[in-house]
Amino acid sequence: MSSVSEGLAVSRRSREWTRTTLVFAALLALFFVSLLVSICAGRFGVPVGRALALVWQGATDPSRPLTAMDERIVLLVRAPRVLLAAMAGAGLAVCGAALQGVFRNPLVSPDILGISQGAAFGGALAIMLGIWGLPLIAMVFLTGMAALVAVGFLARVDGRTETVTVILSGLVVSSMFAAVVSLLQFVADPESSLPAIVYWLMGSFASATWERTLIAAPGLLIGAALLWSLRFRLNILSLEEAEAKSLGAKTERERWLVFGLVAVIVGSQVAVSGIVGWIGIVIPHAARLLVGHDHRVMLPASIVLGATFTIIIDTLARTATAAEIPLGVITALVGAPIFAVLLRRHYRERSSR
Amino acid sequence: MTGAMVGLTQASVRFGARTVIDRLSFTVPVGRSLAILGPNGRGKTTALRAMLGFQRLDAGSRTAPAIVGYVPQSSASNQRLKAIDIAVMGRAAHLGLFRQPGEQDFAVARSALDRTGAARFADEPFDRLSGGERQLVLLARALATGSPVLVLDEPGAALDLHNQQRLLVLLESLRQERHKAIVFTTHDPNHALAAADDALLMLPDGSALFGSVEEMMTPAHLERLYGVPMRLVDLHGPSGVRHKAVLPAFAGARAA
Repeated sequence: MSSVSEGLAVSRRSREWTRTTLVFAALLALFFVSLLVSICAGRFGVPVGRALALVWQGATDPSRPLTAMDERIVLLVRAPRVLLAAMAGAGLAVCGAALQGVFRNPLVSPDILGISQGAAFGGALAIMLGIWGLPLIAMVFLTGMAALVAVGFLARVDGRTETVTVILSGLVVSSMFAAVVSLLQFVADPESSLPAIVYWLMGSFASATWERTLIAAPGLLIGAALLWSLRFRLNILSLEEAEAKSLGAKTERERWLVFGLVAVIVGSQVAVSGIVGWIGIVIPHAARLLVGHDHRVMLPASIVLGATFTIIIDTLARTATAAEIPLGVITALVGAPIFAVLLRRHYRERSSR
Repeated sequence: MTGAMVGLTQASVRFGARTVIDRLSFTVPVGRSLAILGPNGRGKTTALRAMLGFQRLDAGSRTAPAIVGYVPQSSASNQRLKAIDIAVMGRAAHLGLFRQPGEQDFAVARSALDRTGAARFADEPFDRLSGGERQLVLLARALATGSPVLVLDEPGAALDLHNQQRLLVLLESLRQERHKAIVFTTHDPNHALAAADDALLMLPDGSALFGSVEEMMTPAHLERLYGVPMRLVDLHGPSGVRHKAVLPAFAGARAA
């Protein structure tokens, strides 16, 4: 009897394992396809074979001078842009997944917590002061972190943080920073800095260059890698405070570690591509539907899915119309309806329990 | 391994003007089992939380190892994890911040699930299990920590009679092994008779009595505890061994 039930358990386990493997195989395949399509598609179409050959040449012999038109477009314009989009999307998705775990609430995301708006303030201020490059990234990062700290302090009542107060505090901090950003726009020079701020705020990978991609890469990659290696810990942190503590977690400190990593990722992303909303909330949910709630598989799934989704959205942004549509507009158009559906499902599930 | 492993010394906890715990002292050494009894709202859970350091003490001190096998009343896990993934969380303290549980940790978790009789549903989603099954998984997680201290908050409160019996037999067998300090809260004195060496009675007037189960389980003490006339009766268990049982003598000819 026990061997029978054990046999059943083993077969269920192996079936589940195959399912998860298949899902990951499909996600990775989709990722590579979207990568390829994004490299080829655009006003100047490049055949798939030629694109692959060019990428191979670029990777094996990077110092070769680029002379042909399609060479320059693929290697200097599209390649950095696609890579940046993939890294930013993966980073935002993993941030959302981690924050939803830590807050035990599936409806939080980096932009809901005010990090994006805080970072936007830093960026707008930097542009106004004529600061670019690494100092801009530093400012963006610091103000993003400051927004997060403000939310953390606002939300702590009697040493406890309720998820509702966190979301409300995020709203408060977000609107405060948004107001200051508006003020900056109001006083900005309408000839030079105002268009730069507005365009930057709407979010876009259009300005991606190898230089910008390399500036954002360390923060995005290191942040995402560290969050990924915290995946088992996130299972613990998503328990109730007392439970997590009894299992040896230093909950307060570890939560701030997660917040810090989120600020590094969002700061790096906002610095080079402005505010890109919704990815951090929609992607983790999709990942959960595909592979379940365990952070050990949900986090890597979010990373691959986030990268793929962002590449697709960015490709749409630059190919759908003659002019480029700001990325933030498309993610909001796609993300808001999905979020609404999730919200209704979440509350229906809770009330049915 | 003797000496106090877990307990409180002259501990007080106040919520605003209300003193919930007033200079409370008790100790549980490894190899003994303590039942904390009291009416609802008297501060049993607060005493546990204070002992584990989840509740700030206004006075006094607490003793507890860094890692405690803690079984909450209900787990807040709203994540759809499998029972085995819940149980393996018990290994977290042995893993660094950035490490993942390996073969070894899953083996420990599986044998803990075996120990509590939860191995059957190791691969079921935790949130689809019944209350009794969840309790067994949480107990397995507590055992998987390897801590010499096991703390259970109202383990029997939400269980039907069959599941209460299962849990008490399990607690009693853990007590018989004598290598853990076990503390649990309950409002049923029969649970103390079934699975504890000592009892702490948290009386309604704010004082507390601490002693062996035999000393504490008297009608006089229990009447003070619950404000209901109590009777202690002898009865024969299923194996013919004589048991004691506590019954409330509620008013009315036909009640209890």
